[in-house]
Amino acid sequence: MYNLLAFFWKYRFFAFFVLLEVVSLWLLSNSYSYHKSLRFNAVNDATGNLFSSYNNVASYFSLRKENEKLLAENALLRNSLPSSFLITDTAFTFTDSLYHYLPARVLSNSVNKRNNFILVNKGWVHGVEKEMGVISGQGIAGIVIGTSKHYSSIMSVLHQNSRISGRIKKNKQLVTVVWNGQNYSEGLVSDIPSHIRLQRGDTIVTSGNSLIFPEGIVIGTVTEQRIPENKSLGEATLVFGTDFNGLQHVYLIKNKMKPEQDSLVNGYLN
Amino acid sequence: MKNPWFKYPFRFLALVLAQGLVLNNMNLGGYIHPAVYILFILLLPVRMNKNLVMLLAFLTGLTIDFFGNTPGLHAGASVLLAFVRPVVLSLFFKPIDFGKNEEANLKKTGVGGFVRYTFVLVLIHHSALFFFETLDFSNFYFTLIQILLSSLVTTLGILVVVMVFSTKK
Repeated sequence: MYNLLAFFWKYRFFAFFVLLEVVSLWLLSNSYSYHKSLRFNAVNDATGNLFSSYNNVASYFSLRKENEKLLAENALLRNSLPSSFLITDTAFTFTDSLYHYLPARVLSNSVNKRNNFILVNKGWVHGVEKEMGVISGQGIAGIVIGTSKHYSSIMSVLHQNSRISGRIKKNKQLVTVVWNGQNYSEGLVSDIPSHIRLQRGDTIVTSGNSLIFPEGIVIGTVTEQRIPENKSLGEATLVFGTDFNGLQHVYLIKNKMKPEQDSLVNGYLN
Repeated sequence: MKNPWFKYPFRFLALVLAQGLVLNNMNLGGYIHPAVYILFILLLPVRMNKNLVMLLAFLTGLTIDFFGNTPGLHAGASVLLAFVRPVVLSLFFKPIDFGKNEEANLKKTGVGGFVRYTFVLVLIHHSALFFFETLDFSNFYFTLIQILLSSLVTTLGILVVVMVFSTKK
């Protein structure tokens, strides 16, 4: 026993080094799995407040650009109002709303790391929950992974663990969208059936299969397809609809039927 | 700023805030992510207890991780930096030349010595940082370019900071 203690004392610098590295890598490994990062709540009100006061100043520098984005989005929304449609079918009725959109301001955001996160100024007092989808006016942005009282942390689409279930808009084929970590404006469309030929400009939208995002929200547009030689599933690059670098306002999406859908899925999984 | 109880906390705060609020938000083409905050660890007294240096490096890294939502990433790289620091110090300088609370700063080592000392440690820190970040070797050359370019920019940034603040005294 004494010898063992003496041994550790002799190499205490190295032992301490190993200990600190193990702690660091353990923390790191927690953030590299989607499910673990859901459990590991990395937000708190203290950092949120700091970023919030910083953002109060910094946000003035891009007001003009942000106004133009909001204008464009308003036009799009007006176009989708019921009054903008010519309704000749009397069977046209409104049903209960399924998705509720909660606007939020981006307090901190990054695009230059392998794993990027977005911090916004809405927390659980505003009804934010984990696994809510997040979109910008131009397309999808991420998924909520942690909430504090007034702030929540979002795993950006620009993250190693982000896998968005998408659909090719023109032929309804299911694909998966991931990010390969290099250019913040470009993503990778994978799992494309080999007989499908994509053209430049084809839109990829959300599939609605995941219960997180509503169906048909823009993910991005295809720039180039790589035809597989023998594999059955091909890949393509796409340009994200969302400008992640200039992200200032986002919407958090609450799926009102999610508890019911979840309990159904869990029911037959167990 | 002679009093170490004032000097080091102030330096820590200034560098961490500059890193967390400004440098982390800079986007220089996706290749360059300067990490100037490690200047805090580089400038701890040469003959300070090695374990204490490592603990401070761990805490500094963890604070940066707090800002960037990267738990453990900067902490791990900074601990490695603190672990190899004594070796690099004795490689370029004679630790015996330094007084009890003296730092390996520009005035003491000269520009050449300081740049060599800084660059080697920055390179080690950034190598750990970028490989911890991806945790895979599929984009090996991309990561390598990131390491080299970021190390150059970080070293340059550190040099600028050190020069600006050493003329004032």
